[in-house]
Amino acid sequence: MSTAAVKQSPLTGWIAGLVLAILFVLSLFTGVDELPFGRVLSDGRGIELVLVSRLPRTLAAILAGASLAIAGLIMQTLARNRYVEPSTAGTAQSAELGILLVTLLWPAANLLTKGLIASAAALIGTSLFLATAHRLPPTQPFLVPLFGLVYGGVIGAAVTFVAWQADLLQYLSIWTNGDFSGVLRGRYELLWLGALMVVFAWFIADRLTIMTLGRDASIGLGIDYRRMLQLGLVIVSVISALSVVIVGVIPFVGLVVPNIVSRLMGDNLRGTLPAVAASGAVLVLGCDILGRLIRHPYEVPVGTVMGCVGGLIFLWLLFRRPSDV
Amino acid sequence: MIRIENVSLRHGSAEILHDISLTIPKGGITALIGPNGAGKSSLLSLIARLQPLQSGTISIDGFPVDTTPNRDLARIIAILRQDSIVASRLRVRELVGFSRFPHSRGRLTAEDRVVIDQSLQQFDLADLADRFIDTLSGGQRQRALVAMAFAQATDYLLLDEPLNNLDMYFARDLMRSLRRIADENGKTVVIVLHDINQAGAYADRIIAMKAGRIAADGSPAELLRPEILQAIFGFRMEVADMGGTPVVLHFR
Ligand SMILES: Nc1ncnc2c1ncn2[C@@H]1O[C@H](COP(=O)(O)OP(=O)(O)O)[C@@H](O)[C@H]1O
Ligand SMILES: [Mg+2]
Repeated sequence: MSTAAVKQSPLTGWIAGLVLAILFVLSLFTGVDELPFGRVLSDGRGIELVLVSRLPRTLAAILAGASLAIAGLIMQTLARNRYVEPSTAGTAQSAELGILLVTLLWPAANLLTKGLIASAAALIGTSLFLATAHRLPPTQPFLVPLFGLVYGGVIGAAVTFVAWQADLLQYLSIWTNGDFSGVLRGRYELLWLGALMVVFAWFIADRLTIMTLGRDASIGLGIDYRRMLQLGLVIVSVISALSVVIVGVIPFVGLVVPNIVSRLMGDNLRGTLPAVAASGAVLVLGCDILGRLIRHPYEVPVGTVMGCVGGLIFLWLLFRRPSDV
Repeated sequence: MIRIENVSLRHGSAEILHDISLTIPKGGITALIGPNGAGKSSLLSLIARLQPLQSGTISIDGFPVDTTPNRDLARIIAILRQDSIVASRLRVRELVGFSRFPHSRGRLTAEDRVVIDQSLQQFDLADLADRFIDTLSGGQRQRALVAMAFAQATDYLLLDEPLNNLDMYFARDLMRSLRRIADENGKTVVIVLHDINQAGAYADRIIAMKAGRIAADGSPAELLRPEILQAIFGFRMEVADMGGTPVVLHFR
């Protein structure tokens, strides 16, 4: 509902948007090949580099970051628990299992097919997680993320085992550790589907917010709770699976970004969704740029950078109590 | 009119409700009383289609609750559950605003805003309207939830122990508000109460439940008598008459 949230969303939203614009430009000029500002327009090779590699990479980071943050937010809404996210609760691992199986059984499959099958696998894995999570006693909120970790760990172990058996272990790290260095024009565009999911989430934002009030309150307000659960599951699964297929797992985005925004702006999704998406994009793009700079001219994968940065932010969140208004 | 016919409910081998038949006419306040575990909350959640009917039928104004579309029912009946927890960080005004969802599906109209403001005023929440729910006291939170049920503006209002956490001032205030919407707007209120004196003072009719059955049903004057209360609650209590209102001395 667009009453109070809209009033104070501009600040957080605009700041995130401004930082994102700065990072966008920075990202176009950061990389192994030197590319001074002046040369972009004067030199054909410079334009080519931007169009084929730098721009796709930058867009991929923005799309993945924004959609993963939204996926985390929706996952938390569905599980009614703030400490779950797709990469730690079996969604990403199920997607990996899906890709692995396609790679084994149908090596010639194109990216779209892989993406679809990974999404289907993620959907099954996440549904099982949620069905179990809803049975855990609500009085012990830490059981849900704990169960998620174990569940994701078991599926992850199965993935490793299958990959080892099939002698595909060296492929595995492509999916398990997020990395934008391989992103080129023509290889990342599926991520726009994730952006589409974000737009869709914005359309059902009020319903999702009502779902955070619980099943009974949702039904009382005339919402089809089961169907909304299913829709939410599809959004989460498609976003996570696509980003696993295209860039690999990027941890923590879906966890820390929604939590920070919730503390600053509350949980009225109609107002907070844009800020969550923008902040997710800032975090992932920022970590990718950092990864390109730390050991220049070598690169550190974004998954690794995010593991450190995201982990630190998460610890900070845990130890700092929410500020009251 | 709420019409309940031959409704039974089991959880595993335990029979929670035994063949309940009951008609609650339109308008007025009906209080449900009875010991813990009598089945009051179960009955309310069946009426509000929060759990599926196992046997029997329930209809509201002729609409069967099990086949009428959910969003249509949401414009006829509102329920406040006994143990509602709001874990989300929503502002009071936002929370109350969401009760308008069945009417405007997310786009607040001018009329919605009037209803929301009235409801905030009614429960003394105007000063707290921009506070996050998780920063309120238990009683303030309870008032916000009641305000939310009010703002849904349905003809039927089911309230399960809404006086929980409310101090005397706001408990009285809520009961008077309920009396007013029943008298002035023709609303039908079904309310679970543990304070039988509130029931005696404000309800038109009291229905007592015990062990999944209806143990007694009548006006406060008919129902609040020592022998009936003893049969329901299992101990003897005196009933005094204070200018026409029966007052049960249950604390002695
Ligand atoms: N989901 C459930 N599973 C098993 N038993 C239940 C469930 N819900 C309620 N009960 C039982 O049904 C009985 C009636 O509960 P309830 O309707 O909450 O009573 P009241 O509101 O009158 O205190 C209690 O004995 C309770 O233990
Ligand atoms: Mg009860």
